[in-house]
Amino acid sequence: MGSLPSAGRNRMKRLVLARLLQAGLVMLVVGILCFVLVRALPGDPAMRIAAGRYGPDANITEAAEQVRRELGLDQPLLVQLGASLGQLARLDLGHSVVTGLPITKELRIQLGATLWLSGSALALSLLLGPPIGLLAGLRRGGWVDNASLGGAIVLRSLPPFVLGLLLILVFAMLLGLFPPAGYGTWRDLALPALTLALGLAAVSSRVARDAVAAVARTPYLAFARLKGLPEAVVVRRHVLRNAAIPVISYLALQAIYLIEGVVVVETLFGIPGIGHALVHAVIARDVPMVQGTALAMGLLFVVIAMAVDLACHWLDPRPKRT
Amino acid sequence: MTTKLVAIAVAVLSMTGMAAAKPLKVVGPWEIAGIDPAQSGFVFSRMQVAETLVSVDADGKLTAGLATSWSAAEDGLTWRFRLREAARFHDGSAVTAAIVADTLRKVQGGAGALSQVPVAGIEPDGEDVVIRLSKPFAALPAYLVNYTTIILAPSSIGASGKVERIVGSGPYRVKSLTPPLNMQLEAAAEWAGAKPGIAEVDYQAVGQGETRALMAESGEADLVFSMLPVSVERLKRNPNLDVRIATIPRTRLLKVNAASPLFSDVRVRRAISATLDREGTTRVILRNADLAATQLFPKALAGWHDPELPPLKRDLAAAKALLAEAGWTPGADGVLHKDGKPFSFTLLTYASWPELPPIATAIQAQLKQVGIDAKVSVGNASEIPARHKDGTLEMGLVSRLYSIVPDAIGTLRDDYKSGGSDWGATGWSNDELNALVETMAQTSDPAARAPMQRRAIAILQSELPSIPVTWSELAVVANKRVTGLRIDPLEVNYGLAAIRWAQ
Repeated sequence: MGSLPSAGRNRMKRLVLARLLQAGLVMLVVGILCFVLVRALPGDPAMRIAAGRYGPDANITEAAEQVRRELGLDQPLLVQLGASLGQLARLDLGHSVVTGLPITKELRIQLGATLWLSGSALALSLLLGPPIGLLAGLRRGGWVDNASLGGAIVLRSLPPFVLGLLLILVFAMLLGLFPPAGYGTWRDLALPALTLALGLAAVSSRVARDAVAAVARTPYLAFARLKGLPEAVVVRRHVLRNAAIPVISYLALQAIYLIEGVVVVETLFGIPGIGHALVHAVIARDVPMVQGTALAMGLLFVVIAMAVDLACHWLDPRPKRT
Repeated sequence: MTTKLVAIAVAVLSMTGMAAAKPLKVVGPWEIAGIDPAQSGFVFSRMQVAETLVSVDADGKLTAGLATSWSAAEDGLTWRFRLREAARFHDGSAVTAAIVADTLRKVQGGAGALSQVPVAGIEPDGEDVVIRLSKPFAALPAYLVNYTTIILAPSSIGASGKVERIVGSGPYRVKSLTPPLNMQLEAAAEWAGAKPGIAEVDYQAVGQGETRALMAESGEADLVFSMLPVSVERLKRNPNLDVRIATIPRTRLLKVNAASPLFSDVRVRRAISATLDREGTTRVILRNADLAATQLFPKALAGWHDPELPPLKRDLAAAKALLAEAGWTPGADGVLHKDGKPFSFTLLTYASWPELPPIATAIQAQLKQVGIDAKVSVGNASEIPARHKDGTLEMGLVSRLYSIVPDAIGTLRDDYKSGGSDWGATGWSNDELNALVETMAQTSDPAARAPMQRRAIAILQSELPSIPVTWSELAVVANKRVTGLRIDPLEVNYGLAAIRWAQ
């Protein structure tokens, strides 16, 4: 892309700085909110933690008293919040009160699994969605457009667990190609990633189709054709670049769909991911784990948003009028 | 020439295939929530990674574990456990009496089963571990089967004093452990007993029952534990699978607050019991009418099931008569009233076991037939102990395990003591039962115990501080690729080391 004019560089700097400031604020707000929300939930946290640790066959009341003493849950709430924030300020996420493992280790395993899954899902969806959208947008009302609209409606309206079960039935039971659940190899990742990718591609194909259709109506495209450029060059040079901006911006939104879908898909396919971990952490009132997970996810959103901003800036370097 | 080459290639390929050991793929619902033995010791015990001093066979008879023999002194206060000679941990170090004594002392100070034993001291003495008690307690060896007492090498403990890795002494050692869902095991060179038939084991936790069934059906898993009743019939029809079912000592029961004005009258508790359609509930929800609990303990719990006892059964006319006797009369809305108050309460249950909420709603519908209005509330497992503690529990549907200690006396002692307990009685206590239980805990002679056991069961059947609803079973599916599977109804040890590939 060559060297940017200094105005453009400054804008990039401001962008990155703003996002970094955002990250600091996210950390403070997430730290306080997680603590307050989890502790505001009904029920005695010591009992919940004891049940999370020792299971529903255990002597929970007795175990809860030990948990209370061990974790200082009998101290005033403000003291506990202060200790929790102090720990976060030192960039120490602490230990899970249920598993006893350092949160950083839990995140490495569980967030790592989720990133593998979401990354594969996103990559798969990019292979499916935008190309279909491009074909549909170039021939509006054609059979590709109509078929992909129908497909998108069906796929997006199926909840992920139904779609996942259907894929298991077809690819694991009927064809025997992939295992129905498990974690560790790429074969295990195939079906959960496809479950998520189909949901993502259903929408991204429509976004791409609309973006391409909008570009197809523009005077500059008509001019490009009029001046005699071959269709392949028209598409590559004018359609792809212009239509890519809404599609890439939409990727940031899809990250949210991924987190939503990931909870169900991870449970269904037995993947030790962050969605599964977060649900368990909330049930067991595991404040450090909820904080760590929410922080990691929050920071991840900031990083994704930043990457999308930068990508859009690269695609469309014209300064924005505000 | 070409055919020869192909034949050689196939032969070579199949040989390399055989050389690369294929792991035994085991799937179960249990997650490894934390590796501390108090939390996940049962996984390491069942998978034969770690051992307890005492073990148990399928009939509930105590057998040797890390201890080959044990005996109590005349006064019943001093117990001596002889350790297996040449027992080694997976890090190569010897299992010594000092390590075992240290471990047990720590466990005894925790909240596990062993903390309920009247221990005065635990000391090593040569090759023996000596446990001194403050009063005679014949059930001590049974408490040493409990998974919280697994013995780990000192190298398991990290700098923080917590268990950071699992270094046990069983036939399998941990190759890799990725909590909460994955664990890989390999045959341990330190194990002096029979070599495991399959050198590597992959354990995968899968929470969803439907997914577990699919893993068995697709042939991805060799051994799948804990199938949902709805899947069992379908799996039985699959020619590649071998479905085994064992009755386990777990009872689903109504934990009734006998101190509340609604349930303090024993006639009301008996009426509720007579209202329950146990057979219908078990036939529809558990797909096996034989699981209808006609008394608290199932037949599998030797000595604790009395076939002579009149069974708990449905009798709506008797239920209505008992309720009328207790002063409950039908109101205009069909709900029973007494002193102007309706017979209305919350039936609390939890979803840790997927069958509990549907059973609760079935009970709700059955109680409605005699004019009792129950509202079902599904919460977290800890809510029942919490409501028990603050006295606000009215009725809870719980799933109670009687093999936490393989001698049911362990659970009984805790459940029906004065003041009750998390999963036992609430607002109910019986001096005769308490005395019987204490005497039984000190009696080791089965013949002397039998009449006391029968009397204890009769008291519980007549007083109904807990109203039994259904018994439980464990369904295990094995692919016919494997052979040598043994089902352990007490779920202490799954005997994976004895499993082989079928030829």
